[in-house]
Amino acid sequence: MRVMAQMAMVMNLDKCIGCHTCSVTCKQAWTNRTGTEYVWFNNVETRPGQGYPRTYEDQERWEGGWKLNKGGRLSLKAGGRLKNLLTIFSSPKMPALSDYYEPWTYDYENLTAAPLQEHTPVARPKSMATGEDTKVRWSANWDDDLGGSPELAQHDPILKKVSEKVTLEFDKTFMFYLPRICEHCLNPSCAASCPSGAIYKRAEDGIVLVDQDKCRGWRKCITGCPYKKVYFNHKTGKAEKCTFCFPRIEVGIPTVCAETCVGRLRYIGLVLYDADKVLEAASIEDEHELLNAQRSVFLDPHDPAVVAASEEAGIPHDWIEGAQRSPVWRLIHDYEVALPLHPEYRTMPMVWYIPPLSPVVDVVAETGEDAEDSGNLFAAIEALRIPIEYLAELFTAGDPKPVDAVLRRLAAMRSYMRDINLGREGNPDIPAAVGMTETEMKGMFRLLALAKYDERYVIPPAHTENAHNLEELATECSLDFDGGPGMGGDGPFGAGSGPQTPLAVENMREQTQRQTDSGVYNDDTGKPRRVNLLLWDGDGAPQGLFPSDGIEDPEVGKRR
Amino acid sequence: MNEPLTIALWVVFPYLCLLLFVGGHVWRYRYDNFGWTSRSSQLHESKLLRWASPLFHFGILVVIAGHVIGLGIPNTWTGALGISADVYHTVAVTSGWIAGTATVVGLAMLIYRRRTTGAVFYETTPMDKFMYVVLGTVIALGMWSLMATTFDWNNHYDYREGVSIWFRGLFFLDLRPELMTLAPLNMQLHALAGFAIFALWPFTRLVHVFSAPVWYIFRPYVVYRSRKDQLGSRATKRGWDRVGTRR
Ligand code: HEM
Ligand code: SF4
Ligand code: SF4
Repeated sequence: MRVMAQMAMVMNLDKCIGCHTCSVTCKQAWTNRTGTEYVWFNNVETRPGQGYPRTYEDQERWEGGWKLNKGGRLSLKAGGRLKNLLTIFSSPKMPALSDYYEPWTYDYENLTAAPLQEHTPVARPKSMATGEDTKVRWSANWDDDLGGSPELAQHDPILKKVSEKVTLEFDKTFMFYLPRICEHCLNPSCAASCPSGAIYKRAEDGIVLVDQDKCRGWRKCITGCPYKKVYFNHKTGKAEKCTFCFPRIEVGIPTVCAETCVGRLRYIGLVLYDADKVLEAASIEDEHELLNAQRSVFLDPHDPAVVAASEEAGIPHDWIEGAQRSPVWRLIHDYEVALPLHPEYRTMPMVWYIPPLSPVVDVVAETGEDAEDSGNLFAAIEALRIPIEYLAELFTAGDPKPVDAVLRRLAAMRSYMRDINLGREGNPDIPAAVGMTETEMKGMFRLLALAKYDERYVIPPAHTENAHNLEELATECSLDFDGGPGMGGDGPFGAGSGPQTPLAVENMREQTQRQTDSGVYNDDTGKPRRVNLLLWDGDGAPQGLFPSDGIEDPEVGKRR
Repeated sequence: MNEPLTIALWVVFPYLCLLLFVGGHVWRYRYDNFGWTSRSSQLHESKLLRWASPLFHFGILVVIAGHVIGLGIPNTWTGALGISADVYHTVAVTSGWIAGTATVVGLAMLIYRRRTTGAVFYETTPMDKFMYVVLGTVIALGMWSLMATTFDWNNHYDYREGVSIWFRGLFFLDLRPELMTLAPLNMQLHALAGFAIFALWPFTRLVHVFSAPVWYIFRPYVVYRSRKDQLGSRATKRGWDRVGTRR
């Protein structure tokens, strides 16, 4: 047993309202630069729909992820190592910019600079790839809310798989949103396809990153990732991908997408897994068994043997505790309602999803029946094969049984809790019908419906010998607390005064400590920072207001 | 015989270029690892690249291998292996033509593609253009030399008894500049342009050649790294092309 810790996410799709807040905040944080205009580390796609980039799920076309070769061994779908190298001069299966979309801006200047003329001047769209005039034809969410259906949605590769069996005609009854980030896979095919070895999985928390100094722009990872979540920065010539907001995670706060999610549907926490079992589990032949195989890789953090092995593997104690309290682990293991996205790609994705019950509920409600009655819902789950099969193609390699089971649990929770909310006795038969106890059902309801910040995000901070070297801990302006004069990051001498803040991420605990601390804010980093007069208790001179004994701190004024 | 010009062209200039080549690469590797990339443009255009890039690359790699053999291995060695000058000549000229043609066609397609694809041209730096001019010149002069050798325009000149000895001499401090004054014009120019591109090399995208990832074959698929040597919180290095917003 080789225990490793993995930072993972679960998204509860029933709650996604498709508002794209996560995408926008992520873009502002990470990809609002030249070269990454078309890049959305977080995107939200409407299903059925083509996704972003278009039809990325069609692996017969894009050859992402892994496959089993003739000998039953795992190999990259795009070809083995030698083929990968020989095709380095021109990658055979790389999506073009037009498969994402051609980024554009508008010629706003024309609105103010145009000479007096009969017609109102217009701001024409300009391509950001060529600088020329362009026509806006596609975007990261062009088919949002089924826009352009059925012409567009019929190219959805998943829909094609389903409608081979059943004829299409359900765009009216069935739609949901699928927010996607990089899966931070246990068996990442992006890393495996990188000829330079620049993509690596962090040993501590499993976050998959691209080393910008080692990437040589061979752009093989783009093909390698079946989720198309590595992007090519066309300005710098390097690959970039979702970082799971590691600078934030390191100090114990959630990713930007999770933090800003309007539906509060994202959960972040640790899972422990046995790294020795990953390869074997990813090589299971029967695709329908992959879900169970992936589950079997996880280790129960409550098991004393696992705890002992984790400690031996150097996983800090508070991380093991974090894994025990992890909402992700509870949703995957205790309640068994979370499922991986496309386990058949064999990358062992680590962002799991609770499939949406809403398509079922909507249908029942439309018929005028009681949509919160477990009997009605169970019957509808039985009857509505198309949405179930669609969800199964997404989350279980096409096996409807696990999706059925999850939806039944969600339906049961819905009707069980209705009784309680109406002040009636809970009906113990309902949880029993889906193999749960009443306590479990209430626990699941609490986690899915009520869970506050601390319950949704259980993120033990990173350990280093000298945590204050982490930029996020050491570079706050001391007046920069909520309601304080520095709020918003402007220093006492105006915006941008004082030392540089390389990454403007607030550390919540640090901040809370500062706000509640009665003493002078004492920083033990030895680094220069501004004086906090608001928290000065009046004893002596506030620390840092005057240079100490005329000896200049050698660090003062240095750019860090 | 060794006039100042001869020394300048065939001793000083090559050494200067080699100095820039080596020193430039060391400097660039240390200060601009972030800029060290093939700067692929495949995102913008695939159809032409699919043919052009492999043609050019496989061509130029064979051409480089040919140069290593032709310039590096004395004809006495190949002779000792029982390879007659005639056989050597035939093999060299034939493979030279095949690889050279691939290179030229590939390069022409690459340049055409670069000029005509809006997004690729937009992304082309002045250094790219300069590099293409010099690279194109080297290759054109090389083809001229190849033709001259093939069709014997050089009065039976055997570069392996002239140019090659001068070239090897540079590395063994056995300076023979006078040998180059006897070489035909096409080879003289080709050699000069060749050294010029060495001087330019570290400052262009051509640095990607030295990152050819052959050890990919041997490494484990998934790379694990500990956070300790993470790069996220490191100061910006000099020579780093800042990624800002355009305009
Ligand atoms: C063996 C090692 C080499 C490898 C792995 C390699 C790989 C690559 C790759 C991946 C590209 C980007 C193609 C694209 O997607 O746009 C490229 C471009 C290029 N390479 Fe190489 N290359 C090698 C050797 C060379 C050599 C020896 C030369 C020339 C002396 C060369 C000259 C170029 C040029 C000029 C381009 C730019 C093509 C364009 O206009 O887009 N490469 N190379
Ligand atoms: S989802 Fe993320 S970790 Fe997985 S293969 Fe793609 S880029 Fe790599
Ligand atoms: S912010 Fe939340 S609710 Fe809005 S689209 Fe993103 S995941 Fe869905």
